[in-house]
Amino acid sequence: MGNCLSAVIYLDRSVSMSDKNTQIQNATKVVLERNRDKIGSLIDQILEHAKGHAFGDSSLFAIRLAIEEAITNAFEHGHENLDASLPIQVEYAVNETEIQIAVQDQGPGFSPSDLPDPTLQENLAKPSGRGVMLMKAYMTDVAFNDKGNRVKLRFESPSF
Amino acid sequence: MSDSRLKISNTDGVTLVEFIDRNILDEANIQAISEEITSVIESADVPKLLISFSNVDHLSSAALGALITINNKTREKSGQLHLANIDPQIYEVFVITRLNKLFNIHETTDEAQSAFAS
Repeated sequence: MGNCLSAVIYLDRSVSMSDKNTQIQNATKVVLERNRDKIGSLIDQILEHAKGHAFGDSSLFAIRLAIEEAITNAFEHGHENLDASLPIQVEYAVNETEIQIAVQDQGPGFSPSDLPDPTLQENLAKPSGRGVMLMKAYMTDVAFNDKGNRVKLRFESPSF
Repeated sequence: MSDSRLKISNTDGVTLVEFIDRNILDEANIQAISEEITSVIESADVPKLLISFSNVDHLSSAALGALITINNKTREKSGQLHLANIDPQIYEVFVITRLNKLFNIHETTDEAQSAFAS
């Protein structure tokens, strides 16, 4: 028992506060290649779970949009200078009150606070830089790990 | 062009572009769409483009990026780009990103058509 406890404390110390914020308990884990059909069926599968827990149309729209953006960012930006065949990892857990999804790439990470605000007048005509702001707009909360190569999306059902 | 993702037609000098796909999400698809519309812009002296979203259920920030590039290219040639038939959920994406301030958005293609004349 004593050994178990010290192991738990050790694990807790090895993970920083922000890394802990991106963990999901009892998640289903999927290794995902950069293949449109596979990406599409994984998102459909996650949304089927959400439907099963009575998430409505506007929730499903929000969840699909945010997952698409997270997966696109992982491959497009996270793996920008890496082998195109490298997969990412997607984790998800759904219950009647909330859905949690984490997307982790194998890239060097980035600093979300450095992103320019795409809604500023001078940035409106720039074609990129809206993915993270859309995730934040549609999700209840969005957390990145310290390295910046893992994002966790959490969406609370509006009926709770 | 057998694998075109678009329906393109001309009325009164305005090119109407409609999407075949309900979801405009993946990079390869968006790039193909973007290239097809760019060739329409390049072939016109002063492009007048009307993009209808009547069949579209979902679009991503990459699709918004492609629309912005199309808008920039149209303006470079002193042309006009109007958007129409945007589903309310998708229109909200334009509002959140403030792109409703950048684009000329109309409820219907008829309304958009008359905006070209004015």
